[in-house]
Amino acid sequence: MSEPNDALTIGEYTFRSRLFVGTGKYATFELMAEALEASGCEVVTVALRRINLNVPKGEKTLLDHIVPKRYRILPNTAGCYCKEDAIKVAHVARELGMGDWIKLEVLGDEKTLLPDPIETVEATRILVQEGFKVLAYTSDDPIVARRLEAAGATCVMPLGSPIGSGQGILNRINVRLIIENAKVPIIVDAGVGTASDVTIAMEMGADGVLLNTGIAGAKDPVRMARAMRHAIEAGRLAYRAGRIPRKLYASASSPLLDF
Amino acid sequence: MIEITLNGETHPLEQATSVAALIEHLDLGGRRVAVVRNGEVVHREDYATTVLAGGETVDIVHMVGGG
Repeated sequence: MSEPNDALTIGEYTFRSRLFVGTGKYATFELMAEALEASGCEVVTVALRRINLNVPKGEKTLLDHIVPKRYRILPNTAGCYCKEDAIKVAHVARELGMGDWIKLEVLGDEKTLLPDPIETVEATRILVQEGFKVLAYTSDDPIVARRLEAAGATCVMPLGSPIGSGQGILNRINVRLIIENAKVPIIVDAGVGTASDVTIAMEMGADGVLLNTGIAGAKDPVRMARAMRHAIEAGRLAYRAGRIPRKLYASASSPLLDF
Repeated sequence: MIEITLNGETHPLEQATSVAALIEHLDLGGRRVAVVRNGEVVHREDYATTVLAGGETVDIVHMVGGG
């Protein structure tokens, strides 16, 4: 958990954990619930899809495994490739009673799942006008990030690397530029592979990190979730502590030998 | 007999049916779902008055795992 007075505020919500975790790709709902608990997260993302009308009534669903008081659900528009679809999904999310916030994803390519910057900016503008609080998933392009903020995004979420790729943060310079120039929270989202990726993002000054595959796809998701919990705290503390500068030459830690 | 497309499949209805009646018929009353009719969300307060007369594309959606 964060230090006192270091909570994360996004729109009207305040969180003590800066880790957001996705609910996809787990082997079972039970494993997912255990991993979420181990991560210490307070925000979980979900997708919206057709219900299976042929499933027997007693069968448990995702929602049965997410404790409502413990987690705030952030619906996403995953799978949308045009602004019209993303806007429609956002309307559905609002109708499902998840509040006015939406994780906006408008993709441009099926293989890389990279976001389409133009559709994303336009969708953001429209959704903001309709009263949504938009958390916009985007590339590591600082200009697009600026455009999203100007369009009214509540939060900008630059990727570290493609969704599920586990490559970590590929362009640290750009992500730092985004963080430094932003007036809204910046949450690094996508491509997190292991705990150090999360720490690196937080040490750069990110306000939070969102990941799914890095935990769900790990050999031991619960253990990895626990690692992520430590990673996000470590990174945030290190950032607030103010690191030493990098120097070319050494600077002795002990006084000179005197005998 | 009329037909709608329900979650991608042809679904027969004996007569024009309200969304509310369809939800009840599908036994989805206790579930957190949303209804999309011809690409637009149907608000809960309009379930009883929104009538499916045949030919509509209806999607009933819910939350699933995702990142």
